Amino acid sequence: MTPRQRLWLFALGAAGLVACYLWAFAGLPGFGNYPGPYGPAIMSRVIAQTNATGAVSAINFEYRGFDTVGEEFILFTAAAGMSVVLRRLRGEREGQSSPAPEAASRERPATSSSVRVVSLLLVGPTAVIGWWLATHAQTNPSGGFQGGVILATAFFLVYLSGEFIVFRRLRPDAVLDVAEAVGAGGFAAVGVTALALSLPYLYNYLPLGTIPGAVSSSGTIALISFLVGIEVAAAFVLIIGELLDQTLLRRGVHGEGSS
Amino acid sequence: MQVFPFLVVAWIVIVGLYGVITSRDLIHQIVCLIVVQSSTYVLLLGVGYVTGGAAPYLFDISAHAKTVDPVVQALALTDVVVEAAVTALLLSFAVQAHKRFGTLDPHELVSLKG
Repeated sequence: MTPRQRLWLFALGAAGLVACYLWAFAGLPGFGNYPGPYGPAIMSRVIAQTNATGAVSAINFEYRGFDTVGEEFILFTAAAGMSVVLRRLRGEREGQSSPAPEAASRERPATSSSVRVVSLLLVGPTAVIGWWLATHAQTNPSGGFQGGVILATAFFLVYLSGEFIVFRRLRPDAVLDVAEAVGAGGFAAVGVTALALSLPYLYNYLPLGTIPGAVSSSGTIALISFLVGIEVAAAFVLIIGELLDQTLLRRGVHGEGSS
Repeated sequence: MQVFPFLVVAWIVIVGLYGVITSRDLIHQIVCLIVVQSSTYVLLLGVGYVTGGAAPYLFDISAHAKTVDPVVQALALTDVVVEAAVTALLLSFAVQAHKRFGTLDPHELVSLKG
């Protein structure tokens, strides 16, 4: 099929898709008039049932908790899949299958000292913000997913500042694997513990605290959010680290760990 | 306009799909797929919006105040995480494709070798 024919086929399909879309949207209740009953139902009960002021976190880690377990394992599987896909060729020497020698020999600009200083200065605050977000899911618009990603960013600021050896030391694969397993397995284990107490899976069996939205409130919501934070941070450090390893392999930079 | 956000959703999907179809580079194609995927954020948040509704966080509003729908916001959060994971996996496939075939042009990746 020539690119031209392909475009025509796409135009035909897109026209049909747009027509169906518009037809479907015409039946929606209109922007700003959402009639769904679940939102108001949860909003009016969330404090009484969980003592969490952050309704979105309460939904993610309590009402829809079972769904979030699956979601977390998607992330876990993606990180594992990447390691498998990229590991197969890791033993290969560079040059053996590097089809882009012009990219490898391209001149690289050195990291400027302003980039180094700014990114090193940002490491501490970024880590603190990430930690704070991961541990405050029950109070405000934060949670393990957001906090975990920002925690992972702190690691890559170290890399950005050019401290490759330090970065390598901060990223020991064994520790990361354990952190990822603890994060993902811990979430599932919290649910199974509820079963052991003859309660439904992922039932909120921890004390809910007395002040709504306090750090000590909301029982398993806070615990699960923290575990998710660990899992997400470890998964993202692994994922981006795998891709960085590929770049460094191309450039011919070898850290202690890469063989 | 009552339907404008939904028209934006349709536009993002079509533009992203056009990019996926005409792309000559795997990385660019993956970015186009992210564009298609990001339409779901607009759709979810647009569907759950309530005119004049507050954010669904109960610091200073009563439990019965009018808020935007928290359920679709939780779904959007799920969406972001899955997108990041899928993107990472696709990028690693692109790395492998480049290693094996020496090109990132999807038009040249016509035959799959074992």
